[in-house]
Amino acid sequence: MENKTNGISKLSVEDYSLYYADFQALRDVTIELPANKITAIIGPSGCGKSTFLRSFNRMNDLIPSVHTEGKIELDAENIHNVDVVELRKRVGMVFQRPNPFPKSIYENIAFGPRAHGVRDKQILNQIVQTSLKQAVLWDEVKDSLNKSGLALSGGQQQRLCIARALAVEPEVILMDEPASALDPVATLKIEDLIQQLKEKYTIVIVTHNMQQAARASDFTLFFNMAEDRAGYLVESGNTIDIFTNPKEKLTEQYISGRFG
Amino acid sequence: MTREIFTRKIQQIKDEILLLGSMVEQATLDSVIVFKHKDMEAARSLIQEDQAINDKRFAIENAIMILFATQQPLAHDLRMLSAMLLVSNELERMGDYAKGVASNAIRLGASDIPIPIRDIEKMAELGVNMLHRALSAFVNENMELAAKIPDEDDLVDDLFNKAYRSIVNVMVSNPSSIDDASYLLWVVHNLERFADRTINICERTLFIISGEMMEMGVSDDEFEDDFDE
Amino acid sequence: MATARKLLKYKPSKFDYKKNLRARNISQKIAFGIIWLCAAIAVAALIAIVGYVLINGLPAVNLEFITTRPAGGVSGEGGMSTTIVTTIYLVIITTVIAAPLGVLAAVYIVEYAEETETGGSFIFAIVKYARIGVEILAGVPSIVFGLFGFIVFVSRLKLNFSLLSAGLSGACLVLPVIIRTTEEAVMAVPRSYREGSLALGTTKWQTISGVVLPAATPGIVTGIVLSIGRVIAETAIFWVTLGGSYRLPRDIMSSGRTMALHVYSLASETRAFDKALGTSAILIIIIVALNLAINLSSRQFAKKFSGK
Repeated sequence: MENKTNGISKLSVEDYSLYYADFQALRDVTIELPANKITAIIGPSGCGKSTFLRSFNRMNDLIPSVHTEGKIELDAENIHNVDVVELRKRVGMVFQRPNPFPKSIYENIAFGPRAHGVRDKQILNQIVQTSLKQAVLWDEVKDSLNKSGLALSGGQQQRLCIARALAVEPEVILMDEPASALDPVATLKIEDLIQQLKEKYTIVIVTHNMQQAARASDFTLFFNMAEDRAGYLVESGNTIDIFTNPKEKLTEQYISGRFG
Repeated sequence: MTREIFTRKIQQIKDEILLLGSMVEQATLDSVIVFKHKDMEAARSLIQEDQAINDKRFAIENAIMILFATQQPLAHDLRMLSAMLLVSNELERMGDYAKGVASNAIRLGASDIPIPIRDIEKMAELGVNMLHRALSAFVNENMELAAKIPDEDDLVDDLFNKAYRSIVNVMVSNPSSIDDASYLLWVVHNLERFADRTINICERTLFIISGEMMEMGVSDDEFEDDFDE
Repeated sequence: MATARKLLKYKPSKFDYKKNLRARNISQKIAFGIIWLCAAIAVAALIAIVGYVLINGLPAVNLEFITTRPAGGVSGEGGMSTTIVTTIYLVIITTVIAAPLGVLAAVYIVEYAEETETGGSFIFAIVKYARIGVEILAGVPSIVFGLFGFIVFVSRLKLNFSLLSAGLSGACLVLPVIIRTTEEAVMAVPRSYREGSLALGTTKWQTISGVVLPAATPGIVTGIVLSIGRVIAETAIFWVTLGGSYRLPRDIMSSGRTMALHVYSLASETRAFDKALGTSAILIIIIVALNLAINLSSRQFAKKFSGK
């Protein structure tokens, strides 16, 4: 099945499989993700979408029993040959439940750049402000940067986490169901934010919300779980095509809610 | 089977469209009979019954909008529902054609101008037949059936040309009949447009199945606008 | 009870839930009654002991008592000034030795030992036995630590009775406690914080030092303060490593006497029960103050970082 896209590929995956010890969680995934676009990954529970997402910044390495086959490349460079710390700077992640550190808002954002060696207070202030502005949170918190990050509302916390990820100047931002823990208004704000971000970053977002994928992405990947519970890529394409006229019957069924 | 309620509601709307279609078919055939027998009473009541067609079209539209809002249809469901919106619109316009034929019957009144009634009857018969099959193909998503219909429009067009010629001849030979003759022209024009619109319905059928919009058949009528009053 | 009567008009249920409801309410009342009684007894006992000491000891306490050195002798003349200082010195030395060791050991066990599955069974074995060892040591009576300290530090290493010997022995005593509480505090830090930090491109150590440890600090501090309390309160272990001198310690190799030891000494070697009780009263007050301080500060800490 041809899964080529137009445009430049930021991330390229070739025959990628992932195993938890003996259990195969992902099977032979091959796909190219375009730069400066929002790619949505959809599929039923257990089909491996989050696992796949976490492969891009090697967060799966944290689990001892994981081993992989095939390769993933960032800008044509194999991510296993790059130092994982550097990889994670270039490929940032925002998690499903907002997880700000138990520090002040300022410290939450300054933590990353500090860890990467930025010491100058002026520069740090600049970074904090820029990141908060990009995450559309600056106006709401600019007078209370010393407030604890945990004192913000759920939607604000998630935007704080996005600002935190932006502060280390990544190239790719991975988002694992970023709005699933939020109320509808906060969700829409995050979607708008993601649209703004795509100008500078490549974004990959896992979502179980079909309408969100349809609203907020340019390119969509549909994963399904095979009978042996391994996840595989069923179809990929422009979001509009996938949602108005998908090629695979399985995709059609899933999108119309007539699965199982 | 998930989304049972949704599937059932789509089926209900399909049934309503078939119902609307048969209302339009009936109105069209009746309008020609009324025209032939110059039955003024019947013509007037036919014109009033057009309201029922309009109402049903709005009811269908409303039901589809509600499904859009509450069920967020995608892919095939989305194409089908939006096609149904358009088809109900087509049917309503076709109902207006029937109304137009009846109005022109009233305008012609007791005029004794020669009427190419055979051709008119034939055009209506062909058109209604095409509509019936087009709607059947539409609700059953039957591509083979839908693909055959556009070609039959040629027959209707031929009949139109013939009738047009004869009416123009009447106008030329008897200039005082131009007024009445022009009403006749509108009637045959309505019936020709009626057949054209059935082709639109076939195009929508193709759209639902393949996701592509394509023009089917060849439209060669000189009149681009609709004369239906 | 009009509502009760109304319910009777409803369709009768298959089981007599009303009787059951009454029975359940009664057994709840009994259970809570017993619990309350136990709590009351515990509190009463506490009040009795503390109250007795305070009531009988405080009269002997005055400014002079606190600021005068003990003078020795059968009737226990003098005050307790040097014992206060010695206690403070001992606390400092023990904590300085035990806290860094304990915290870092616990950090290793929790954070790096995860990799034992890939790091080989050797490390895995070490960590496993270290954990067991810590559990066992936590239950060992302090006199055993005292004897260990006496043999190793006082005799073999020739450190004699000194703050150093006592400090080292005390460190052995509180190390398991610090390791355990630190371990628990570090494990209680949500995994999401670690993931959030690593996803920013930080190294594991940066994550531990920048996010995990600060978040675990309240728990760690509690553990350390608990051990301080232990040091202040222990007698047997220091009796055999610190010696009995009531003089002010000059340096780390000097002998000395803590407040708890002074109470023991006064009570067993002299007849100055009043002074013993007085010292006990001061001791209790210090321990209570210490606990209050922990409580207040950890609540403040928690408030500050949860922003509530």
